[in-house]
Amino acid sequence: MSHALALLSGKGIGKRFGGLQALSDVTFTINHGEIFGLIGPNGAGKTSLFNVLTGIYSQDGGEFTFDGLPLTGLKPHEVAARGIARTFQNIRLFANLSALENVMIGRHVRTHAGVWGAISRSAATRSEEAAIEKRAYELLEYVGVEKRANALAKHLAYGDQRRLEIARALATEPKLLALDEPAAGMNATETASLKRLLGDIRHDGTTILLIEHDMKLVMSVCDRVLVLDYGKKIAEGPAAEVQKDPAVIAAYLGGEVTLNLKGTA
Amino acid sequence: MGSLFDPKENPRAAWIGLALIAVALVALPFALAEIGTAWVRITNLAILFVLLSLGLNIVVGFAGLLDLGYIAFYAVGAYVYALLASPHFNLHLPFWVILPIGAAVACMFGALLGAPTLKLRGDYLAIVTLGFGEIVRIFMNNLSQPVNITNGPQGITLIDPFSIGDFSFAKTEVFFGLTFTGPIKYYYLLVLIVLAVIVINLRLQDSRIGRAWEAIREDEIAARAMGINTRNMKLLAFAMGASFGGVSGGIFSATQGFISPESFVLVESVMVLSMVVLGGMGNIWGVILGAVLLSFVPEVLRYTVEPVQRAVFGRMLIEPEVIRMLLFGLALVLMMLFRPAGILPSAVRKREFEAKRAA
Repeated sequence: MSHALALLSGKGIGKRFGGLQALSDVTFTINHGEIFGLIGPNGAGKTSLFNVLTGIYSQDGGEFTFDGLPLTGLKPHEVAARGIARTFQNIRLFANLSALENVMIGRHVRTHAGVWGAISRSAATRSEEAAIEKRAYELLEYVGVEKRANALAKHLAYGDQRRLEIARALATEPKLLALDEPAAGMNATETASLKRLLGDIRHDGTTILLIEHDMKLVMSVCDRVLVLDYGKKIAEGPAAEVQKDPAVIAAYLGGEVTLNLKGTA
Repeated sequence: MGSLFDPKENPRAAWIGLALIAVALVALPFALAEIGTAWVRITNLAILFVLLSLGLNIVVGFAGLLDLGYIAFYAVGAYVYALLASPHFNLHLPFWVILPIGAAVACMFGALLGAPTLKLRGDYLAIVTLGFGEIVRIFMNNLSQPVNITNGPQGITLIDPFSIGDFSFAKTEVFFGLTFTGPIKYYYLLVLIVLAVIVINLRLQDSRIGRAWEAIREDEIAARAMGINTRNMKLLAFAMGASFGGVSGGIFSATQGFISPESFVLVESVMVLSMVVLGGMGNIWGVILGAVLLSFVPEVLRYTVEPVQRAVFGRMLIEPEVIRMLLFGLALVLMMLFRPAGILPSAVRKREFEAKRAA
């Protein structure tokens, strides 16, 4: 991978929670325009890596370089401003606001109206508001939940909530969209349409970082994959190659020992 | 707001409705004065509570930050006015100079309370704000030594009424054959201020800032991940809420002519919070309704409980004050059971899209 292509690179990322080494010395590179999978068994450190990347936790070691500049020490809202947007494993929508307002809030970081603008309703503020609303509606159409624009987020069907979270993240105009298990709990039809959506997002120029347990989805949409196990990188490379990697197979199937445990659990 | 007042959907009904409300607001004090000037004063106090509730609603209703010490900002505004417009320091600045100062000082106190509590939520925030409210009151009580600033528990007396040049809000005057007493003049001023505050609140709520507050209320972590600077937005909510409290405090000082720390006890904070919760947290019309109800019902009871009991039982069995607290408690319990989101819960803001572009 040439360096000119790299959008995000993590170098020696480490994170410890008390006695638990959640991440140790994780190094990887995500290139412009690819769908990059992040997989690993439960507790492997995937979500921890997300939280460190997006500034919710600070890492104990290592450094992220995003779009040519370091991310270290930035707060979550600064990371969002730099162009990384995320979704959450357990959906975190603004439950008592409408679907449209959820996406409009995503526009916050790219808009400017302050208190005086809001109170005076100046021409600039009004046109900005109109633009926010228009863009939010377009994004709802993009992910396919525009018919529920005025419904409260909490009243949306599960699959629609996942899509709404993606629309809200896209509203921040990210260069990198980080999705934490977007297909979790989806049925086959929903997963298929999610797959199409991911393809569209990449096609429209946004790089995607994807945590996912649905291996069929990962193997079919991801260009390259990073595999974590117990906080350590065990493989990184094209999906097809990683799939055959003995270390990955051992981690997933747990080798002989865990196979036995599986039978008794 | 219902579609009745939506000027786009129903322009004629909206204008007629607004005109009727305007006429009612203009005529109200004269109707009340017929019953007794006391009722005009009670109405003025109710409007002050509407102002306070609208201020607290920014913090509690919009941003979701439970504040149990809100009355402290009212106290700050009241003392700023009292100190700058009374014989105490022999300062007599005009009210239109002091009210902005009061708002600014209260705003500063709001940020002062907000800064150390940024990471607190729910119960913890409630405890700290409660403590803050008490600290401010106790300061007012004790700042008479070594330098006498607040005059301690005796409070400050002979506070100037509002006046512009020779026009004083305290004097009774006759215009166009109508008698304008002091309270009636204040009433009109208060109505103007409250209308301005309502417009400010409505516009703030439906703006980028208002949405950021609501995002923090709904899910702070998601709000941060969406690029909202939660620290600044929370401080802004505290500061804006506090400045409304400061303005209300200044008006309170001027209308009462006397203030002491006793006016700013914890129960007052609880009262304002009850108004916000009872009416419907986050809904401006609900909050106004809550404030009006909780200000008027006790006063109505004060004047009716005794005669009713005398008529029914021939003597007074239960003191009005006891009945008041009893009904108040009962009302809150019933509310929590049947309308936990308030009398007028905040509704989804429906938006219309210029064209039905959706297939």
